[in-house]
Amino acid sequence: MTNLKLTDVAKTYSGNIDVLNNINLDIKTGELIVFVGPSGCGKSTLLRMIAGLETISDGEFTIDGERMNEMPPAQRGIAMVFQSYALYPHMTVRDNMSFALKLAKKTPEEIDTAITKVANTLQLTEYLDRLPKALSGGQRQRVAIGRSIVRDPKVYLFDEPLSNLDAALRVATRIEIAQLKESMPESTMVYVTHDQVEAMTLASRIVVLANKGIAQVGTPLELYETPENEFVAQFIGSPAMNLLPGKIVETGETTQVSLTHGAGVIASAVPTAADLKGANVNVGIRPEDLLPTTGENFAFESKIEISEALGEVTQVYFKRQSPDSAPVIAKLLGIHRNVRNTSMRMSAEADKVHLFADGQSLHYR
Amino acid sequence: MSGIAGTKSSLTWAVHLSLVAMVLLWLFPTVGLFVSSFRTTDQISTGGWWKAMSSSEQSTTLRTSSPETQIGKDGVFLIEGNLFDEGSEAEISVWGTSSRSIDDYKAGDTAELKNGATITVAANGDYIMQSTETLTGKRGQRVFVTALTPPEFTLDNYKNVLFDENNREGMAKAFFNTLTVTIPATIIPILVAAFAAYALAWMDFPGRALLIAAVVGLLVVPLQLALIPLLKLHNEIGIGKGYLGAWLAHTGFGLPLAIYLLRNYMVGLPRDIIENAKVDGATDFQIFIKIILPLSFPALASFAIFQFLWTWNDLLVALVFLIDSSGETTVMTKQIVELLGTRGGNWEILATSAFVSIAVPLVVFFAMQKYLVRGLLAGSVK
Repeated sequence: MTNLKLTDVAKTYSGNIDVLNNINLDIKTGELIVFVGPSGCGKSTLLRMIAGLETISDGEFTIDGERMNEMPPAQRGIAMVFQSYALYPHMTVRDNMSFALKLAKKTPEEIDTAITKVANTLQLTEYLDRLPKALSGGQRQRVAIGRSIVRDPKVYLFDEPLSNLDAALRVATRIEIAQLKESMPESTMVYVTHDQVEAMTLASRIVVLANKGIAQVGTPLELYETPENEFVAQFIGSPAMNLLPGKIVETGETTQVSLTHGAGVIASAVPTAADLKGANVNVGIRPEDLLPTTGENFAFESKIEISEALGEVTQVYFKRQSPDSAPVIAKLLGIHRNVRNTSMRMSAEADKVHLFADGQSLHYR
Repeated sequence: MSGIAGTKSSLTWAVHLSLVAMVLLWLFPTVGLFVSSFRTTDQISTGGWWKAMSSSEQSTTLRTSSPETQIGKDGVFLIEGNLFDEGSEAEISVWGTSSRSIDDYKAGDTAELKNGATITVAANGDYIMQSTETLTGKRGQRVFVTALTPPEFTLDNYKNVLFDENNREGMAKAFFNTLTVTIPATIIPILVAAFAAYALAWMDFPGRALLIAAVVGLLVVPLQLALIPLLKLHNEIGIGKGYLGAWLAHTGFGLPLAIYLLRNYMVGLPRDIIENAKVDGATDFQIFIKIILPLSFPALASFAIFQFLWTWNDLLVALVFLIDSSGETTVMTKQIVELLGTRGGNWEILATSAFVSIAVPLVVFFAMQKYLVRGLLAGSVK
């Protein structure tokens, strides 16, 4: 059992610079938790606080109920994989992997068995006597992961482990990590990334960090289907969800919203209370949920300024509704030729239409 | 095309020329000293070291064997032999029997001496001296020869300077004294500075920035400022003049630069590696010993070379803190200064002594030069 619990954790630098506030998080045994967020949101800082490399300014962090705030990193039962791999450049792969075990005063036989086993799993056997500089990026990454596995820690921490790899290797290593996690169902992993594909594919739960706090915690599909706020809605999914200003014209089981630009009225499956009638909201529709329509029930009709044909989909950018708003993007399945400068009427199914008031989703009201 | 990355600057020739100039500037005195140290007094006085490889015309005074070796036969007394040492390939051009006219005779000529004897000297130095009367006197006849002497190199200077135990001006003792000063004076500051540099680079404690600033400040304190107070201190705490005092002084004067150089190098080591070692369970001391020290080797080596070279060449600190009236602890720099006074004319002794004292720095420099450059660039080029 390895439960990580963060209670009201905060991080302040030099007394007055807030980085993180009110972090409450419960990580259960066997979970793979992914921290995502824009750069500078404090996701790495949070991970380093869990690792013990940064002090916790306020609040409490426990592993299995035991307070960890003042515990040095080595005694927390964690292993960490760094973005730069952080291999010891003057030691062979074998020495790199045995470093922690030697410090823990394990016998040479134990060390040897552990290293042989891990090297076999990660296909590192033939590289054991090489120095890190004689390895490729992917191999170094595997050594870094292997080095954490040999210690058999309770918690694995990954700090953007794939961001130094090229695209193809990144996909391969991502799958390896997923398989590794599957082969160790009891171990808990915390993974920091800014790549939402990694987050969506690896995570059992994703923690989206923004504005010095947690924006939402949930499974990848929860975040995709029912984002709690505009930030998560726009952060998860690519291209980002379109937000269109509008006004609620009908409340009830389904809500009717008339859009400010484009004169359309669209139905949303989000139920609303009667007192919200007339409220200003943002209608959120993902680009892939926008469908061209010829009917009278549509969200907006607008002119296409740019189209990008990717083969499997065509991304079209509609004319900006106001100079300071982001262009509305739709992802149309298949190939659409000569759509540029044509006008298109777009709609979406009611259960794919999100409503946000003051940045928060009406789904959770 | 100038100014485009990757194209050669049109000033390359200037770089090459100045490089050649610098190499020559360095080589000329060094090689000269080296060659001179293998030549004899006579050779040094007849021509510069650059003539060492060609034959030289030398005038010397030689003697025949003493009259005790004469052989009497049929009323004629003979002394035969060779003027030169065995194995000499000198070739006599002219010779004489009086110091006022040393070129009276050519090789092969026969000269008549005052006592009625005659002497014939061949080009290779063979001579026959004959007389109808018994030759008298203790010493042989003087012969002034001008001979073309082939290049000759000798180890006698080194024998004299290094291995002659009766030579009070020899360098052997001074050499070992210098080593006794230099080796601890190199090792002690490195040991101290490495620990200090790690703490200043990677350990959090209050006042760290102030300490670093203080170290930088100490870099510019002139050494002379501390000589008298330090010597007084040494005398008062009972160290007096001696090796311990010299080691302490060199350590103190070397520490600011050592700490500064090493800290700059260590602070440039990747933070991730050190943090990973922390997560792996290493204490600060283990991180220092197992991670930082091996990775800082270039900087350690480069500082070691510097400290070694300037403690080796040091005269001031040795004079103030080490050398007492007994002269038992004299170092090579001091010995050479004294030789300049007492043996100012004996260039072969001076050259040999000087070369003995630069030999070790040369070896150190050539063996470790890659670390010298690497350590110097530490922190300045990323």
